[in-house]
Amino acid sequence: MTLAEILASLFPEGHAVAVEYGLVSGHGPFRGGRLAVIGIDGNTPLGVEGAARLAGSVLDVVRQGGATPILVAIDSDSQRMSRRDELLGLNEYLAHLAKCLLLADRSGHPTVGLVYGHTAAGAFIATALATRVLAGLPGASPSVMDLPSVARVTKLPLDRLEAMARDTPVFAPGLDNMVKTGAVHAVLDPAQPLGPQIEALIDGSPAADNRDALGAERGGRPVAQGIAAEVVRDARLG
Amino acid sequence: MERLTFRHATKAPLVGRKPLAITGVVASGNLEVLLERTLPPDACTVEIETPVHGYGDVWEAVVADFVARAQPGGLRITINDGGARPDTVSLRLLQGARLMEG
Amino acid sequence: MSERITDPRAASWYEASARARLDGLLDSGSFAEILGPEQRKMSPHLPLFDLPRAFDDGLVIGSGRLDGRPVLVAAQEGRFMGGAFGEVHGAKLVGLLRAALGLKPAAVLILFDTGGVRLQEANAGETAIAEVMRAITEARAAGIPVIGLIGGRAGAYGGGGLIAGTCSRLAVSEGGRISVSGPEVIETNKGAEEFDSRDRALVWRTMGGKHRRLIGGADTFVDDTVAAFREAALALIGRAPAFDLATLEAEQARLERRLADFGECRDATEIWSRLGVNDPAAVPGLTAADFDALVAGLRETGHDAR
Repeated sequence: MTLAEILASLFPEGHAVAVEYGLVSGHGPFRGGRLAVIGIDGNTPLGVEGAARLAGSVLDVVRQGGATPILVAIDSDSQRMSRRDELLGLNEYLAHLAKCLLLADRSGHPTVGLVYGHTAAGAFIATALATRVLAGLPGASPSVMDLPSVARVTKLPLDRLEAMARDTPVFAPGLDNMVKTGAVHAVLDPAQPLGPQIEALIDGSPAADNRDALGAERGGRPVAQGIAAEVVRDARLG
Repeated sequence: MERLTFRHATKAPLVGRKPLAITGVVASGNLEVLLERTLPPDACTVEIETPVHGYGDVWEAVVADFVARAQPGGLRITINDGGARPDTVSLRLLQGARLMEG
Repeated sequence: MSERITDPRAASWYEASARARLDGLLDSGSFAEILGPEQRKMSPHLPLFDLPRAFDDGLVIGSGRLDGRPVLVAAQEGRFMGGAFGEVHGAKLVGLLRAALGLKPAAVLILFDTGGVRLQEANAGETAIAEVMRAITEARAAGIPVIGLIGGRAGAYGGGGLIAGTCSRLAVSEGGRISVSGPEVIETNKGAEEFDSRDRALVWRTMGGKHRRLIGGADTFVDDTVAAFREAALALIGRAPAFDLATLEAEQARLERRLADFGECRDATEIWSRLGVNDPAAVPGLTAADFDALVAGLRETGHDAR
């Protein structure tokens, strides 16, 4: 689905969501109130300006109070890879955006991620992965790194990696694998109106971070949940 | 990965009472050695996991030399190898034994 | 039970192993490891790639005391797989931060030394980083300072840089680079004209500890010794900001101001010059004491909001 199709499905009565330089922000009517929308469109890389702008939009919602939920719609590249972005401290800008989303959620604004295109690496962590509940649309392609780049870094032949990717969800790119690791909670049905599906996600969103539990259940992260639980069980102050 | 296990009979338990020690890091040309005092005093085992295949006889000689020098009775030794040279392996094993004595 | 630090004033943090850093950082003999190497919590995935595993998966966690106060600690081993986040490595840090909520330590200290996500376990590592960031904000919101110490050979790159940006406070040394895309990644994707990764001076002044301290990306610059990091950690615990709207509004203002002030600068030396540094070329050579004196004389850049 394109962003326009998503917005039309979400807000059949119209909306005030705009896209500028690939950055999405605005709102539409939702459950008698509104749903705030931020995001990245058109496979745009996320740099310092974009992250600051999206974070500002999130803080606007928090400042206004109430319980307006926030949808984070993502079709991005990875973080913008440039000397200038790193010179200016891109890590702070991306972390700040993630923190704003996490604060919004703690402050009573349920956050829902929706990956409808590509996203990768730092841009993924700063946006969709910083929401309470993350959904994907069929055809979305979240990843950490594409397989040719993985091949370059790991010095493994691409055909071998492709073969391994078929039954090893822990490293292969793609929506299915992110669902199996628990990063993506659910895949939505584009043939049905999205509004009720987003409502159901908000209503059913977990109180605590349950991504490791989902990863164990779905087989994509076999040991993470158990390890974290053992640490909590064994930890004592000396 | 290649897995090797060597079992040796020792004449005496390793001195000291430390139950556990670890030394080294798994990195290229390096290795980590975990030592646990969990065996009967007249036995020592060395288990190795290495990505470098086909050097079983070299490992066997290095381990036998270490056992003869340190008399590490009672120790279960486990090695994660990152492709270390034999002299590095010897050094780490002796370092590990010293940590257990201390 | 492992390498010890005999002289924390002389011992290099950069050169020390994760275990040695903890030994020198904490009160003598106070460290108690959680899920120690004897429990063999190793990566279930590395054998698929014919890669060796480590007993602790490159992360040492536990509890200890810092000047008598109880703390939880996590130290990454940068020499094992570049300190990268794999499934076990990440889950140990997530578990430690969750444990902090119940135990209420005086602080959680994270000794960064990481290239980011471990590509062989990319999805698990990426998700763990998101879980860590959420857990850090939960700990901070509960009033527990989370302090990052950055001075290892692998720096704090990729998701490690994002986690660092989520901490309450950061101490960094010259060797402690903080960044998202590493020099090699930028060069591979955008070419050597964009970033020549072999130009080490460029790497240091773009991503290194002094630049981060000068622009507000870190709170304290320290010498590369174990003792200096200990003192910095102690000082920073008492200066941890709240995790609330006021802090993030202030951070928003701070980051927007940085774009307005330095957005057109091409090189770190231009930024330092605009900050009021008279001799930017001399900055890389300054000792921590001289550098602190320099920072004290500059106009306040609003480093508090994080």
